Amino acid sequence: MSGIMTAASEPSFVVPVLLLDISLLALLVVVAFAIVRMRSLFAIVMLQGVYSLVSAAWFVSLDAVDVAFTEAAVGAGVSTVLMLSAMLLADRKSTPVPMRRQLGALTVVIIAGAAMLYAVGDMPAFGDPNSPANSYVGMDFMAKTAEEIKIPNVVTAVLASYRGYDTFGEVVVIFSAGLGVLLLLGLNGNAGRWEAKPNGQVIKDRTAPSASQADAPQSDQPEMEAST
Amino acid sequence: MSDPEAKFGRDPHVLLRVIAKFLIPLIALFAFYVQFHGDYGPGGGFQAGVILAASVILYALIFGLTEAKKAFPPRLIRYGMTLGVVLYGGTGVVNFILGGEFLNYSNLASDPAAGQHYGILAVELGVLITVTTVMIAIFYAFGSRQPETSNEDW
Amino acid sequence: MSDWFAQYNYIVVIILMMTGLYIVFSSRNLIKKLAGLSVFQTSLFLLYITIGKVSGGQPPILLEDKSYGKDGGGQSLLSGPVEVAAGDAAFILPGPGSDVLYSNPLPHVLILTAIVVGVATLSIGLALTVRIREVYHTIEEDEIEAADFVYNLEGTAD
Repeated sequence: MSGIMTAASEPSFVVPVLLLDISLLALLVVVAFAIVRMRSLFAIVMLQGVYSLVSAAWFVSLDAVDVAFTEAAVGAGVSTVLMLSAMLLADRKSTPVPMRRQLGALTVVIIAGAAMLYAVGDMPAFGDPNSPANSYVGMDFMAKTAEEIKIPNVVTAVLASYRGYDTFGEVVVIFSAGLGVLLLLGLNGNAGRWEAKPNGQVIKDRTAPSASQADAPQSDQPEMEAST
Repeated sequence: MSDPEAKFGRDPHVLLRVIAKFLIPLIALFAFYVQFHGDYGPGGGFQAGVILAASVILYALIFGLTEAKKAFPPRLIRYGMTLGVVLYGGTGVVNFILGGEFLNYSNLASDPAAGQHYGILAVELGVLITVTTVMIAIFYAFGSRQPETSNEDW
Repeated sequence: MSDWFAQYNYIVVIILMMTGLYIVFSSRNLIKKLAGLSVFQTSLFLLYITIGKVSGGQPPILLEDKSYGKDGGGQSLLSGPVEVAAGDAAFILPGPGSDVLYSNPLPHVLILTAIVVGVATLSIGLALTVRIREVYHTIEEDEIEAADFVYNLEGTAD
């Protein structure tokens, strides 16, 4: 297989592709650092959508058109909407964490990052057609799709046919995630009115631990629909 | 100066509504294009499902959740979520019955490649139905929850 | 120029990953934590797609061989449109005779499904956050822990 690959063409990048790659990744770093600094949750959620959209553009420049499509629709579209609607039900601001308490996290992250950077030298060069990941099974799928399934989009062929078992599992995961959200919140927004019995003491939503410190509780109106 | 309220009524979002009414069918149509053209170009059940759900979510954002629940009733969600998984798994079971392996679609037609085409079509349809209904279900769940703080507290 | 940047993508991916991890570790706000988790997840996608890239390649959608019905110079031998039965079209594959290269489709498939599963799990996390907010009236971890502490003290007093 590797002999075939080297015969095809020299691994050389067109400079615009490389410039696009470098600048989009730099933009991603800027956005990620901005998320670290931000305190307004609205800004964080929107920047997270920007992060997804920029990475979708980057996926296109690296030939992953299907992935880019999904990331643009899911990451920048639906997940931003979901995070916004969850934020509407929660808070607008995050309280700042004192620097003293961030030092532990910083240390762990720097050590882990240094360990990974140490291993970067062993990774194949960017775009190497003869790297192990690109030599065996991926290219076999390419050749076999043309003769066995005969559809042009290899990603769809691998997704639905060769790795159909895997995709079945993913569909079941999505199904159970939807089930979980419905169990937690309910389709009409009235699931799980809070009632717990720790230490044999019945606690209801209104007498929740910190209810006295918080703002006025909502009206009980949504609970009326519980029986429908 | 003429009073804009007399001209356009009391609805401040009339422009948004008119444009959305024009766009939403196109978004749904595009979702079906992505679904059924997924064999030939980028696309497939996952993307189409999310785009189709996005059209319903846009409708809910513009016209309100109660209107959206009339257009896409929540009871469809319970059936749709399961129907997609059953369609996917059922395709595999049909392969069993026809004497092949689970999710090996080659025996769905006399020509193995044509059988693969049918199998991929059925399976992607299952993915579409599940992803669409789950995404709409999640949005309905978050959207119908009563917020504790009013809009003035923002 | 490409030699200098052979490992550039991996370095940036590690920086992004660690940034996401740092947001998860350091912030005490549950929604910010989830946003950090999502950044971390997207950086992982970047790693997979970087590995699957083949330089000079193109998206893994097979090109159809349009050379049928033509002579060596590319002139069409037929006057009308060529009728080809569905599924009969020949595809151009990478190999000794062709100058076409495709990127590796396998990482694309893995990441495609991971993205959709990622939003599904994210929504579970958000739903849990909403429920926590309804019970504790806060989504700051410190305040939740403080409320739990007070509550446990009161609970044992009874």
